Amino acid sequence: MPRVVITGVGVISAIGNNVADFWSSLASGTPAISEITSVNIPSLRFPNAAEVRNYVPEQTFTAKELAFLDRFAQFALIAAAEAVTQSGIEWTEDLLEDSAVVTGSCLGGRGAEEAGYWELFHHNRTRVHPLTIPLSMANAGASHISMKYGIRGPAYTISTACASSAHAIGQAFWMVRSGSAPMAIAGGSEAPMFIGGLKAWEAMRVISKDTCRPFSADRTGLVLGEGAAMLVLEPLEAALARGAKPLAEIVGFGMSSDASHLTQPLPSGAAKAMRHAIRDSGLAPEQFGYVNAHGTGTQANDQTETAAIRQVFGPLADKLAVSSTKSMHGHALGAAGALEAVASVLTLRKGLIPPTANYTTPDPLCDLDVTPNVARTLQVEACLSNSFAFGGLNAVLAFKAYP
Amino acid sequence: MSESVLHRVIRVIATARQMPAESITSETTFEQLNIDSLDRLNLLFDLEGEFDIQIDDEQAKSVTNIQQMVDGITLLLAAKAEAKPECQNEAKSVSSPAH
Repeated sequence: MPRVVITGVGVISAIGNNVADFWSSLASGTPAISEITSVNIPSLRFPNAAEVRNYVPEQTFTAKELAFLDRFAQFALIAAAEAVTQSGIEWTEDLLEDSAVVTGSCLGGRGAEEAGYWELFHHNRTRVHPLTIPLSMANAGASHISMKYGIRGPAYTISTACASSAHAIGQAFWMVRSGSAPMAIAGGSEAPMFIGGLKAWEAMRVISKDTCRPFSADRTGLVLGEGAAMLVLEPLEAALARGAKPLAEIVGFGMSSDASHLTQPLPSGAAKAMRHAIRDSGLAPEQFGYVNAHGTGTQANDQTETAAIRQVFGPLADKLAVSSTKSMHGHALGAAGALEAVASVLTLRKGLIPPTANYTTPDPLCDLDVTPNVARTLQVEACLSNSFAFGGLNAVLAFKAYP
Repeated sequence: MSESVLHRVIRVIATARQMPAESITSETTFEQLNIDSLDRLNLLFDLEGEFDIQIDDEQAKSVTNIQQMVDGITLLLAAKAEAKPECQNEAKSVSSPAH
């Protein structure tokens, strides 16, 4: 099977509106969790989120373009543009004919939908905006990327809650590896800062009232984030032939379902997805030196994920560096897996493990080396990026450093 | 006399769990009722609606039986009675979407 490499990455997130700023925040362990400003909901029981800052849509898109783009689709296009530019890809007709676009999103453009419903319910309007359907559809991100570049191969969107974009990248990886697509743009985007969505998360009682402290004994839940991340995937041979510089190799993908409970995760399901990703990579467990954890900061996830990592790695687990970058960019739901995939690629590229920020107190049930608060200089050979969704759906990606 | 807090809590749980109210007492634990984390969310939601109160996430986590729930709700109702009516109205106001 051909080796598949990542030749471009793009990001817009709370901790940076491009890859350079994103990495700078990760490397310095700087979270971007603060008071929610994009919506005003006085009765909301949690004050904070990780919102994209200093983003003015009109500086990137024309008024005509914006009329067709919900915030989550804008994010998708911005991240894709940065990834494509970095990859330096030259679009040939053959490439455009069969390349793939696979995106993940949990909510799609539900913010646009809400704006229309608000008018119906509160102002007795009898109609909603004519573009409500295409603005809100979860595949809008994939469709806009495909249309912008003229990419006519397989294009679709996966919605598996918090694992959406990990599933999307994994599927794209398998398509490129199998030869069914000569190149792929894959990732995810999410824009969950709207009243109905925030109230729904409030009702789940899993959002922290201050900040996100993954694996820390005093953790009180997750903090929502927003943004997008996209990756350009292509065969190593093709990348080298056109003189591109691979950032890292994507080597494995594993999936599983807990088939157990809607919201309580099982260590065995998470462990199975990690094992499958390692098996798919053809690497030995001891070649993995870092796990970018799902690490949401909820009681349930962090102890379950710790148990799962121990099940998979056995005694090797104590040699692993682990961290949750959600402590800085928040939980961007359908974009989380893609943001963390980019964080993983950069970790391999830079030889620096980003920390778990906001960590204060060891928890005996989360007794891994979670790289508390300060980044660590460490060149690892390979890493895993974990994503586990409500509904018990698990997706794990494996990456290898490219020298 | 109006229905006691205990009876209202039992009625809410009995309705949600589709079980006879007589089978629930103040000593009944959530474990005995086979209430898992999601059932608990639904129960808190129902009780907040029944009493028009807000039950704090962290405080709710320590509640394991009916009597503890009744005690907690009684405290919240007392706090609500002390609060000025206009404050309660304010808490219910909603703003328009900012997008």
